[in-house]
Amino acid sequence: MALLRYESQVRPPLVAGDKDYHQISEDICRPVEAAPSKLWWIGFIISVLLLNFGVYSVYREVVYGIGQWNLNRTIGWGWDITNFVWWVGIGHAGTLISAILLLFRQGWRTGVNRAAEAMTIFAVMCAGQFPIFHMGRVWNAFFVLPYPNTRGPLWVNFNSPLLWDVFAISTYFTVSLLFWYSGLLPDLATLRDRAKLKWRKLFYGITCFGWTGSTKHWQRHESLSLVLAGLATPLVLSVHTIVSFDFATSVIPGWHTTIFPPYFVAGAIFSGFAMVQTLLLVTRKVLALEDYITLEHIEVMNKVIILTGSIVGIAYLTELFMAWYSHVKYEEFAFFQNRVNIRSPYGWAYALMMSCNVLFPQIFWFRRMRRNLVVTFFMSVIVNVGMWFERFVIIVTSIYRDYLPSSWSTYYAPTIWEVGFFLGTIGLFFTCYFLFSKFFPVIAIAEIKHILKKSGANYKEKMDVVEREKVDEFAHEHTHAH
Amino acid sequence: MAVKKFVVGNFYDEQVLFPAVKQVRRKGYKIHDVYTPMPIHGLDAAMGLRDTSLHTAGFIYGILGTLTAFSFITWVFTTDWPLNIGGKPFFALPAWIPIMFELTVLFSAVGMVLTFCYLCQLAPFVKKDHFNPRSTDDTFVMAIECNDKTSEAEVTQFLQSVGAAEVSTQYRETGWWMGRYDRETVVFDKQVEASM
Repeated sequence: MALLRYESQVRPPLVAGDKDYHQISEDICRPVEAAPSKLWWIGFIISVLLLNFGVYSVYREVVYGIGQWNLNRTIGWGWDITNFVWWVGIGHAGTLISAILLLFRQGWRTGVNRAAEAMTIFAVMCAGQFPIFHMGRVWNAFFVLPYPNTRGPLWVNFNSPLLWDVFAISTYFTVSLLFWYSGLLPDLATLRDRAKLKWRKLFYGITCFGWTGSTKHWQRHESLSLVLAGLATPLVLSVHTIVSFDFATSVIPGWHTTIFPPYFVAGAIFSGFAMVQTLLLVTRKVLALEDYITLEHIEVMNKVIILTGSIVGIAYLTELFMAWYSHVKYEEFAFFQNRVNIRSPYGWAYALMMSCNVLFPQIFWFRRMRRNLVVTFFMSVIVNVGMWFERFVIIVTSIYRDYLPSSWSTYYAPTIWEVGFFLGTIGLFFTCYFLFSKFFPVIAIAEIKHILKKSGANYKEKMDVVEREKVDEFAHEHTHAH
Repeated sequence: MAVKKFVVGNFYDEQVLFPAVKQVRRKGYKIHDVYTPMPIHGLDAAMGLRDTSLHTAGFIYGILGTLTAFSFITWVFTTDWPLNIGGKPFFALPAWIPIMFELTVLFSAVGMVLTFCYLCQLAPFVKKDHFNPRSTDDTFVMAIECNDKTSEAEVTQFLQSVGAAEVSTQYRETGWWMGRYDRETVVFDKQVEASM
């Protein structure tokens, strides 16, 4: 068979099994076209129940006021902002996979990018809830937008990092949504043309916007994806940088550090990849997509986890060093008394953070562990717990002891409604993900077809033959080229 | 919209499609379009399509976003409502960079996607003919437009000779219309077909 493109044998295949274009459509569309399994229903119902609990928790907060939470002086930010930063961070892996890896021409992106981008969108949706409801009078939330109003007009403060955050998060959500959906159009058209049922023809006919697969449209589509990737790359870095500015531009010991932007971005990618692993390990198993999300994909993502985890570890140590080196007694107190000291009220949280984020991921230096699905799954959960505690440590340990010992707070613990709000966003996230995995293809069909003849297992085998046979011809052509 | 006659060839391998496109063009037939299930790099060039300028549009939208943010914040903070924040300058450019950047990205992305949809005429409830539903699955479909002087049999034979697996003749509306994919809408009079 003639080969379109050649790829070295050193790289393992990205699509396993004997596939052709039609088989790819079949495999990826099957879960969408089949009735959902029992497992899907169980997961979906649990998610919806969690979501309802969250809605009730938020309802109490809106009706009775922010006193439903255990925030106090001096702890003005507690679980809410911790959860906000955690969710935004999780979102970052999706954009990294779809945008940055597109610019770097990483073929393995194609197997995981669709689900990861969906994860980004759902995570940002969850994140946005927290600052909005933290405002207390949520019905006035639109005050953050600069619109001509009857109060002056009184504008928002464009010099404030909190407003930068409004712009960053809303832009991030919009761009991620556009990027995701424009990539979905061709695959929805595939579903439309395969559809046998009437409602499916209607639904996918509307959602695919009348996509035909015309060459000119593909040319524009490629240009669009490339430029959107180019825009999303600095955007994703800017978003968590700006989130870190919420802290770094203040003068609170423990927050007032220049290392925050890179440290937050690395942490975001770290936790985001862990969440991608959690989702995809389940997805590939339940939807039988092991041929497309192979062990190679899992291993590559584990390598990213160990890399970004190490960056986060270095950042932790650098912070401690700078606190010591600065000789500012407030800095030293914030780091060595309020955090590192295991006997301090939140010493346990710091120890948990250190072990989950720095210690345990070291297991991924071993290839066997990187390729072990059970280890990977547990590690992905551990990393996300660790990253949640990182944000908790940064927020709570920095503000629970003020400059004045007289205003040192009593021990901060959340109320059931604060926890309920968090559980509610987990419910929202998984409800969205379950619906997505039922109604949309979880793998980019067109992109997998695009790499099939380069990275498909059955094509790579033939390349091996070509590699050996063509040596003389190759040498002849290239060494005697005049 | 005009109803036209097309000779449609199905190809199952892009290795066959590429030389076929070249031969058809050399022969002088008019390729209406080639429908493919995934992007095929170089096919646009082989068909003689010019490069898209979509990225240029994106650049212009981006600049527009930067200027919008910059001029609006400048107006608010220096003219409309100057705020004295700790005696710092009203014109505080470094502090505006984050929002200027975000609006650049936002304008560029939204503008480009809307332009993309406009150029490709994509929208919900838009319906188009694309000759073969398998062209979104595993088939590369080449449609050759016929005029009164084109010999249908000749084109059919030629397509078969360059490697098309199946060749058929179809009457199709070339543009788009508001419609639903779950309903068969007859957008042109069947009699037109008979008279052609």
